[in-house]
Amino acid sequence: MSEQAIEKQEYNITVYTENQIGLLNRIAMIFSRRKMNILSLNTSPSEVEGIHRFNIVVHETQEVVSKIARQIEKQIEVLKVYFNTNDDVIWQEMALYKVPTQVIAEKAKVERLLRENGARVVAIRSDYTVFETTGHREETDNLIKVLQPYGLIEFVRSARVAIIKDSDGFNRKLREFERMEPGHEVVENEFLNSRDKVFSM
Amino acid sequence: MLMQEKQAPALPETDTMISGSQALLHALVAEGTDTIFGYPGGAIMPIYDALYDFEGDLKHVLVRHEQGGIHAGQGYARSSGKVGVVFATSGPGATNLVTGLADAQIDSTPLVCITGQVFAHLLGTDAFQEADVIGITTPVTKWNYQITDATEIPEVLAKAFHIARSGRPGPVLIDITKNAQLQKFAFKGYTPCEHIRSYRPKPIVRKEYIKQAAELINKAKKPFVLWGQGVMLGSAEQEFKAFLEKTGIPAAWTIMGAGALPSDHPQNVGMLGMHGNYGPNVMTNECDVLIAIGMRFDDRVTGRLDKYAKQAQVIHLDIDPAEIDKNVKTTVPVWGDCKETLPLLTQLVETKKHTDWLAKFREFEQKEIDAVIREELFPTTEEMTMGEVIQQLNEITNGEAIIVTDVGQHQMVACRYAKLNHTRSNITSGGLGTMGFALPAAIGAKFGALDRTVVAVIGDGGVQMTIQELGTIMQSGIDVKILILNNQFLGMVRQWQELFHERRYSFVDITSPDYVTVAKGYGIPGRSVNKREELRAALEQMLSNPGSFLLEVMVTKENNVFPMVPQGCSVSEIRLK
Ligand SMILES: Cc1ncc(C[n+]2csc(CCOP(=O)(O)OP(=O)(O)O)c2C)c(N)n1
Ligand SMILES: [Mg+2]
Repeated sequence: MSEQAIEKQEYNITVYTENQIGLLNRIAMIFSRRKMNILSLNTSPSEVEGIHRFNIVVHETQEVVSKIARQIEKQIEVLKVYFNTNDDVIWQEMALYKVPTQVIAEKAKVERLLRENGARVVAIRSDYTVFETTGHREETDNLIKVLQPYGLIEFVRSARVAIIKDSDGFNRKLREFERMEPGHEVVENEFLNSRDKVFSM
Repeated sequence: MLMQEKQAPALPETDTMISGSQALLHALVAEGTDTIFGYPGGAIMPIYDALYDFEGDLKHVLVRHEQGGIHAGQGYARSSGKVGVVFATSGPGATNLVTGLADAQIDSTPLVCITGQVFAHLLGTDAFQEADVIGITTPVTKWNYQITDATEIPEVLAKAFHIARSGRPGPVLIDITKNAQLQKFAFKGYTPCEHIRSYRPKPIVRKEYIKQAAELINKAKKPFVLWGQGVMLGSAEQEFKAFLEKTGIPAAWTIMGAGALPSDHPQNVGMLGMHGNYGPNVMTNECDVLIAIGMRFDDRVTGRLDKYAKQAQVIHLDIDPAEIDKNVKTTVPVWGDCKETLPLLTQLVETKKHTDWLAKFREFEQKEIDAVIREELFPTTEEMTMGEVIQQLNEITNGEAIIVTDVGQHQMVACRYAKLNHTRSNITSGGLGTMGFALPAAIGAKFGALDRTVVAVIGDGGVQMTIQELGTIMQSGIDVKILILNNQFLGMVRQWQELFHERRYSFVDITSPDYVTVAKGYGIPGRSVNKREELRAALEQMLSNPGSFLLEVMVTKENNVFPMVPQGCSVSEIRLK
């Protein structure tokens, strides 16, 4: 077994699905049943009209994630599941920070810190100002630390969205799914297809 | 004058206005449903009202509890190979289905359950008899769906049947709000579903893996086949037999696979798992190539996983990709429907005998006969054993009956020793181990195979869990033979308390009513025997009785089922006593 298989790390699970009420529950239960924590979950439209896309982040071993992926793919309305390490995806999270306006106005240092961290103002009121940053976890985390001493009032971070570096999208695949006789690539999960690389006889 | 059987309405022409309820029943008829197990109530009344006109095509069996209804549906599905159909009302009716859904889900039994639901405008308001049935049943169904508009009914029902029966089968639940049942709409006809774009029931067979598997099998010195229910679910019994007979490989079964190959087939070496046979368990850790067919390496089969077949190359044939590598790492995954993959494999394998290797299994069998089996089947003690009852039953039925078992010691004994000549003849709750399964499942099994004798083997504990279904037998007049093996204990739990809890018999002492009198109250003849001299005649009386019959056999109280692989132990640590 490769080292990757037994070492825990962040995995980005991408799930292409039909738009179906209750499906989120079905997918979430696959994790909760194994007492697995979902670190981040995002649902959104995909590049294909009518097809939804879930981005789920977990901290797990490849072995467990591949089993989970197949359990998810088994759900009737799920078209396809991919799982990737952070290296294999481009990902972003967005965060909002509410800070007293007075502090920013008075302390030039704060303004510099915000600038350095790439923060953008989204709302200004006399009592507070809301900043936004987008980036990796470390980046959004860092700004919390920076702003804490200056009376950070409120913080929130969005779920992660991720794009798979290797993917050429789902349009062509969907057409194959719609046909009664789909090709190998569509039917079989990555794991089985690349099996020769994973195990040797 | 002869009464004419009520004719069900013909399929309406396109654009005829019909109710959602009528559309539902037309869908059932179109899908080949002939029997429904159900129980009415407020939220499903429009469907029951429509059913009144469908009696000619759809036989409705009124059960005594919805759990009984769903287990009957399971029994029907397992004996007939068709989809079992179950009706229940909203709220408590639907929640009573949950045990059966979980059972059908883990044992891959095709079911379509229809539950009534409150009016759509009341959803989420804690209305009378409202329960979040979709939420509750999501983890125990292959698919579920709530219909709030009648126009959805034909298409959703078509999907439901397709999903329930295709691929790895399973239970589907369709929750229909009362307004949708009542709503009239222009019927557009009924088209069975053949394709759902997001659902792949049958993976494409990969020839390269078949080839690799055949190479491994041809090189193997000590190959060993393990088969499960998948062989039956795929209707691949003939293909399986052909593969076995060409390769000459010894084969053992999981409890769910029992009967797919006749008990007395020379290559059938017995049962796997915790209370399986000695040879198959030990040889799992001796073989060089393990060929698993339509089975899922349940922990009751594998025992301790890190000491399971580590020396062997594993070939796993399964229709469900999620099973590949789930518990046991495979060397060659043969993903696909075994009805297709087995013949391809058979073509590529060499004709062999494996006589010496097979003989080794027989040596172990002899050891097991000497240590366990002889005394169990032909006891020298005064009190009767469960095994001898099954042995006598075998002698009378000659292996022709369908055996439905409940859960516990009697289940293990019945499955170990029942002679099965035919496929779909062993119906038991394997994955969930649901006490109370057997009586209702036997009723359903008989409805699904009217020409067969159905014997329900049940413990004194389990029978009291669903004993109300005697009422279903009484009213429907169905012929089920009920064999209660009464050891006056929750025997299997008692066995564990004896072996692993220093005989601290904590709440396993269970009393029974006078079953013969209870049966009599339901108009079912019965008999109780506690002497060996009466056993044979009593069994014969039960089997030759023209209708249902209840036979209670008082067996020895503190017998243990052996061999046994204690929990947490490796299969090679199987104990003979
Ligand atoms: C619904 C349910 N509750 C509890 C159990 C746990 N359990 C397994 S076997 C058993 C004892 C069964 O007793 P009985 O029906 O008399 O059968 P015996 O083992 O004595 O043959 C129990 C309580 C179960 N399997 N199912
Ligand atoms: Mg008992």
